[in-house]
Amino acid sequence: MSQSAAKAVSSKKSRIRSSNGDRIFDICNYIFLTLLMVVTLYPFLNTAAVSLNNATDSIKGGIYLLPRIWTLDNYAYVLKESTIFHATLISILRTVIGTIATVFCSAMVAYTITRQEYVLRKFVTIAFILTMYFNGGLIPNFLLIRDLGLINNFWVYIFPGLIGVFNLIIIRSFIEGLPESILESARIDGAGDFKMFYSIVLPLCVPVLATVALFSAVYQWNQWFDVFLYNSSNIDLSTLQYELQKILQNSNASLTTKSAGDAFANAGNSGANTVTPFAVRATMTIVASLPIIMVYPFLQKYFVKGMTVGGVKG
Amino acid sequence: MDSKPTMSTSSLVLPKKPKGLKYFGIKLIEQRVLVLMSVPFLVWLFIFKYMPLWGWTIAFQDYKPAKSFGEQKWIGFDHFQFLFQDERFIRVLRNTLAMSGINLVLGFVTAITLALLLNEVRKVAFKRIVQTVSYLPHFISWVVAASIVQTTLSPDGIINQILLWTGFVEKGEEILFLGIPEYFWGIFGASSVWKDVGWNTIVYLAAMTMIDPAQYEAAEMDGAGRIKRMWYVTLPGIKPVIIVLLIMNIGYLLESGFEPQYLLGNGMNVDFSENLDIFVLKYGIAQGNYSLSIAAGMFKTIISFILLFAANNLAKRMGESRLF
Repeated sequence: MSQSAAKAVSSKKSRIRSSNGDRIFDICNYIFLTLLMVVTLYPFLNTAAVSLNNATDSIKGGIYLLPRIWTLDNYAYVLKESTIFHATLISILRTVIGTIATVFCSAMVAYTITRQEYVLRKFVTIAFILTMYFNGGLIPNFLLIRDLGLINNFWVYIFPGLIGVFNLIIIRSFIEGLPESILESARIDGAGDFKMFYSIVLPLCVPVLATVALFSAVYQWNQWFDVFLYNSSNIDLSTLQYELQKILQNSNASLTTKSAGDAFANAGNSGANTVTPFAVRATMTIVASLPIIMVYPFLQKYFVKGMTVGGVKG
Repeated sequence: MDSKPTMSTSSLVLPKKPKGLKYFGIKLIEQRVLVLMSVPFLVWLFIFKYMPLWGWTIAFQDYKPAKSFGEQKWIGFDHFQFLFQDERFIRVLRNTLAMSGINLVLGFVTAITLALLLNEVRKVAFKRIVQTVSYLPHFISWVVAASIVQTTLSPDGIINQILLWTGFVEKGEEILFLGIPEYFWGIFGASSVWKDVGWNTIVYLAAMTMIDPAQYEAAEMDGAGRIKRMWYVTLPGIKPVIIVLLIMNIGYLLESGFEPQYLLGNGMNVDFSENLDIFVLKYGIAQGNYSLSIAAGMFKTIISFILLFAANNLAKRMGESRLF
């Protein structure tokens, strides 16, 4: 019987003989990888379980993979909180606007530096690539943003990171790989450069732009530091990640008390006394990561493509 | 519409190539659409990426925010001198190097190991599931990750529960992991691995697909088992990739990350969690000591710049493809 199994394996994959040692290796490997998945997923599932469990009950501990007393109260509480609702809107807004702006602008500049006859091609390329080697640093950037009047301003989420050099390089490589004949024939038809870019190059670049868009969207959604640094005094510009960061900071401060329970007072002020800071944190954690967790498995191949495209020298 | 198809004409009449400013001007007008499409972003680049360098002058001044540039008092390298005598800065430097070192070694070893193991999985569906799951933490923010880490390590978190079950700690004696300074580097390393190990395998897995299957067959003929084939065929096959990545990572030796340390750091573990970036943030933004924090930031940028350049050249000299 083991003979036939071995035969099946060997016919499937290039005549690799399956000895006893190999079989043990295989078993260990599968066990190890399964364990790895458990370790990776458990914290998420545990957090989800806490967020779906009755808050006062959670304090007793012992919540692992499943809630003991199911409830949606925590979510109701979190989403009813107007600050958090508004922060969610800002998160969505910056993700959408930031992604579109980044993709469009990066593609446009990338197109110009693929035009061999463009007199500024070298200059533009080098000016961008040089910035990979240095950056002004936190404080000079902060002072610049302040002097530009972008403090307490929504556009500070969009402008400073508009074009990433890395994006520029992978889009440029992609355009250079397009069949020259298509571009040439459009040019002979008298298309100007912007028309060429907008109606020919842009549609052809969808695969690479999808990758850039995904990375940009994840970046925008996950970003909290610029909110903290520039817009922390304006609650109207707060984002979901930043709200979670504030909660985290509070529970960090209360670590010394050893109890996760009485970390801060702002939970429970809406009349729903069943909510605890611990449960709010778990719920916020899920809300802040849910969009990514839901979208990611379906778009995984685009993410991976971006990673491997980037490995090829620009 | 009236802009001529410049490329086709210039490629037809290529031989004559006038030089000089006039030619340049004519070309600029001819290519005004391209200019309009890129020069605004050149301005953007200048403002957001090059202008901040001007701020470095503050490191050499006794900077007072109320005064104009001309009125600032210049004090030379005083701030730098102060930094290297400052005990806190030395400690911060130690933490930075320790954590990026841990990240480098642990990151490489775990990612390569996982890639090797994944490469041995023959059931495609299983392999894909493992990959999907292990890439996932890479895409969640550090805020979410820190929240998860904090929960996991809390007195009633799973780690303490396991220690309770196995009898390593007594009830009521749960370990407050984030409150013990000496544990911080380990926690940092472990959470970084948890977050990125899957993602870091991608490059290696891609390199492994380039290995000639004939090598495996030859090794098998010689009687090499799975582990031997991994060791003598797969690993040498991805060696060039490992070397390039190692060299490139040396360029980021002072980049030990900011978010995990900031988000997991607290008053108790500050002696081990505070790194250069946090130092700059605390001195600069919180205390308003711009000069000193810019000096510290400058130190980091310049060392990184040198390392990055050296690494890039080293990789080039070794005949490997450069990063850029």
